[in-house]
Amino acid sequence: MKSLLATLALTTALTLPGLAMARPVTLTTTLTNYGGDGAYLAIYVTDASGAYVGSLWMAGDKSRYYEHLSDWHRATGGDTGQVDGITGASVGAGRTLEITLDLADALFDAGYTLHIDAAVEDMRDSPNEVAVPLTTDGAGTIVQGRRYIAGFAYDM
Amino acid sequence: MIRALHRWPGVLALALLAVLALSGAALSVFPAAERLAAPRAEAGLSVAALAERILAAYPGVEQIRRAPSGRITAYWFDQGTPGAAVIDPATGQGVASADPNPTQRWLTNLHRSLFLGDGGRMAMAAGAAAMLVLAVSGVALVTRRVGGWRHWFARLRGPLAGRLHVEIARIAVIGLVLSAATALWMTASTFGLLPDGGATLAFPTEVSGEMGMAVGQMPVLAETPVAELRTLSFPYAGDATDAFTLKTDAGTGYLDQGTGALLAWADLTGWERVSETVYMLHTGQGAAGLGLILGLMALGVPAMGVTGVLIWLAGWRRRPRIRGNQPAGRAQTIVLVGSEGGSTWGFAATLQAALTAAGQGVHVGPMSGFAPERYARAERIIVLAATYGDGVAPASAKGFLDRLNGTGRAPDVPLAVLGFGDRSFPAYCAFAKDVAAAAQAKGWPELLPFDTIDRQSPQDFSRWGRALGEALGIPLELSHQPVLPRTETLTLVSRRNYGADMQAGAAILRFALPRATLWQRLTGAGFARFEAGDLIGVLPQGSPVPRLYSLASGRHDGFVEIVVRKHPGGLASGQLTALEPGATVPAFLRRNPGFHAGRSRTPLILIGAGTGIGPLAGFIRGNARQRPVHLFFGMRHADSDFFYGQEMPGWQAEGRLTRLVTAVSRGARPRYVQDALRNDAAQVARLIHEGARVMVCGGRDMAAGVADALAEILAPAGLSPAVLKAEGRYVEDVY
Repeated sequence: MKSLLATLALTTALTLPGLAMARPVTLTTTLTNYGGDGAYLAIYVTDASGAYVGSLWMAGDKSRYYEHLSDWHRATGGDTGQVDGITGASVGAGRTLEITLDLADALFDAGYTLHIDAAVEDMRDSPNEVAVPLTTDGAGTIVQGRRYIAGFAYDM
Repeated sequence: MIRALHRWPGVLALALLAVLALSGAALSVFPAAERLAAPRAEAGLSVAALAERILAAYPGVEQIRRAPSGRITAYWFDQGTPGAAVIDPATGQGVASADPNPTQRWLTNLHRSLFLGDGGRMAMAAGAAAMLVLAVSGVALVTRRVGGWRHWFARLRGPLAGRLHVEIARIAVIGLVLSAATALWMTASTFGLLPDGGATLAFPTEVSGEMGMAVGQMPVLAETPVAELRTLSFPYAGDATDAFTLKTDAGTGYLDQGTGALLAWADLTGWERVSETVYMLHTGQGAAGLGLILGLMALGVPAMGVTGVLIWLAGWRRRPRIRGNQPAGRAQTIVLVGSEGGSTWGFAATLQAALTAAGQGVHVGPMSGFAPERYARAERIIVLAATYGDGVAPASAKGFLDRLNGTGRAPDVPLAVLGFGDRSFPAYCAFAKDVAAAAQAKGWPELLPFDTIDRQSPQDFSRWGRALGEALGIPLELSHQPVLPRTETLTLVSRRNYGADMQAGAAILRFALPRATLWQRLTGAGFARFEAGDLIGVLPQGSPVPRLYSLASGRHDGFVEIVVRKHPGGLASGQLTALEPGATVPAFLRRNPGFHAGRSRTPLILIGAGTGIGPLAGFIRGNARQRPVHLFFGMRHADSDFFYGQEMPGWQAEGRLTRLVTAVSRGARPRYVQDALRNDAAQVARLIHEGARVMVCGGRDMAAGVADALAEILAPAGLSPAVLKAEGRYVEDVY
């Protein structure tokens, strides 16, 4: 289990009450058979105003391709420090990425939105492939992405 | 040293390089195909106009990309469904699928990582590094072989595999160096070992907040021709804080969606340009023609792999195994071998074994590898040198004299030179003598006086070994059994007798072609590949020393033919001329690439006497392409040794033989073949002036007479046999 995003703790989450309260959350992302190489995925959170809060996961280990995750790249300025220690392999077409993290309770039902940017070599970039509000009611609901993601859900 | 640096990466990386090269060659086709298939944009079309056309066709367009091939792709959303297509810039309409080609994707993944992720990438990078090492060491080897840079494209001689290997290499090497070096650059870049170099252009802090300016009206887009476009990304629908992102060949910028103003701009850095150029050179994307050329050159790699292995195996089989050979830096005795056919290596092996048994550390190597600075512990150096042709350095001694003369000072440790040769040749041990003389001139101390071995004599060698042992203070007994090539059995199928009634009888002997094994057919070893002018070594009963005869036939003739005259007391010639059809004789093939007719169309002047007609008759018989051939044939008696006299009229009628001039040396009007040449001086001079090649075969005296006659004939034109020899236009096969 990955511990709670350190970045979140350092930026905005410190100002939130109840930070110490956290729970394990499983993020399940299943890709379509889009007919290309492994997809790079950036999973990150924005606040109610749309400002970047922190990253949850980066699938894809070559930072020179991160610019194709264009929303994430614009929000972070391409800072790889944002995904230090939370980076894994890219995800093949038709495969499922499942990660479990400890997420602060305060992130739920407080206007935060989880985003996934996706990019595949020689295919279109797909920023904001998925955007789902983080709510306790929304847990377990499968959301379809725009281009590469067949289904995404978070379970608590 | 260089050879080892060439051989081992080649052998080890053979399969990897074949995969790399073949997949690379296949991939090189795609950029060219894409370039041909992509609809062209009309000259001067602006990005603004293009964007307007695409927007009209696909109102939800998000991004327009232009590939280096000129192919334009648009990506859009239509009611929440993503779409993409290759666009015809003339209409803005989609004309083809934008999905990546699965074959190309498969090949790309094979080519760069063998489908093995980062480990595979590293393996392929190692392959590229091996390719670079091979190219550099190969260039050094070829330069050495042809005698310097300026002869890079010089004509090659020698076995087919070696020629093919170098022919391909000297054309393809430039492309392979380029592909391998760019591959290493790209791998280093992928693994982050090279800086990206591109400063990220920060999104502008302020935008106008307005929306809705027509894309066709934006001045920056109107000024940018499509030919320079890379990508144009549209702002998110309904997001007033977003902007257009434009990437061109010049750099990256943001455009305000309300005013069209350029909000920020960054030029491409020099580093990015370098990286892009490297990418283009490697992939051919943006340089499809170059890509195709590189792909073609890559196809040479598997061919060079196969021929390289054949060369290696051939050398490996020819050279006797030397057990316990010490590195040059650790041996007390350095044995340097100058050998053409390989027999001197056998003597070296015997010497090495005896010295090793006496407790000495011995290094045996070719004379061409002479490197005195490496002989750290050497106490003596022994040179075993054969001679090639008329006193030339044999194959494994090329460059030795130059290197010796080039060193400032001879080594301090003493030297013994032993020559190998055949006393019946005037240039007996000439090269070994040259070596001994050069060493003396350099003041190199002497271990033993210069000595020679006649016709591989085991007695001579053993005698020299005792002298060496005395000099070293150890008992040394050298008993050498010459290593002979593996013989095959030839069966006589027919014979034609000439002058059988006279004491000096002669015959044309025709043997059946021995069956070639599959291995021989693949490698061209043994009798699987030979042509007129090559030699066969026949082992007579009662002597381990083979006698060589020139072949009058090639493999395609379907038989093995030689012309033999019985010499008084001659062991081999006596046995051969006594053979009856059905009888057999052990023999092996020895190539003689210096005496082949070649495939050129220039006229041939063939000069031969007596049994020397053999290979010349073979050239004429094989001359189906009707190359002009002028034969000067000397004989003693027209009625007893006019070999092939029956065939000559037919060959002339078929155009295989242009002109026949005979000279009969006994009888009413005695005349030698050189006299016939002088009689024809004008025509001979004209033919040679026009590029004709002269080939002489026969006895030593005849050859000397012919050389004198030609010297006279050519002198007025300022030419000489020596000049022709240097150009490879005057060759002799003399016995």
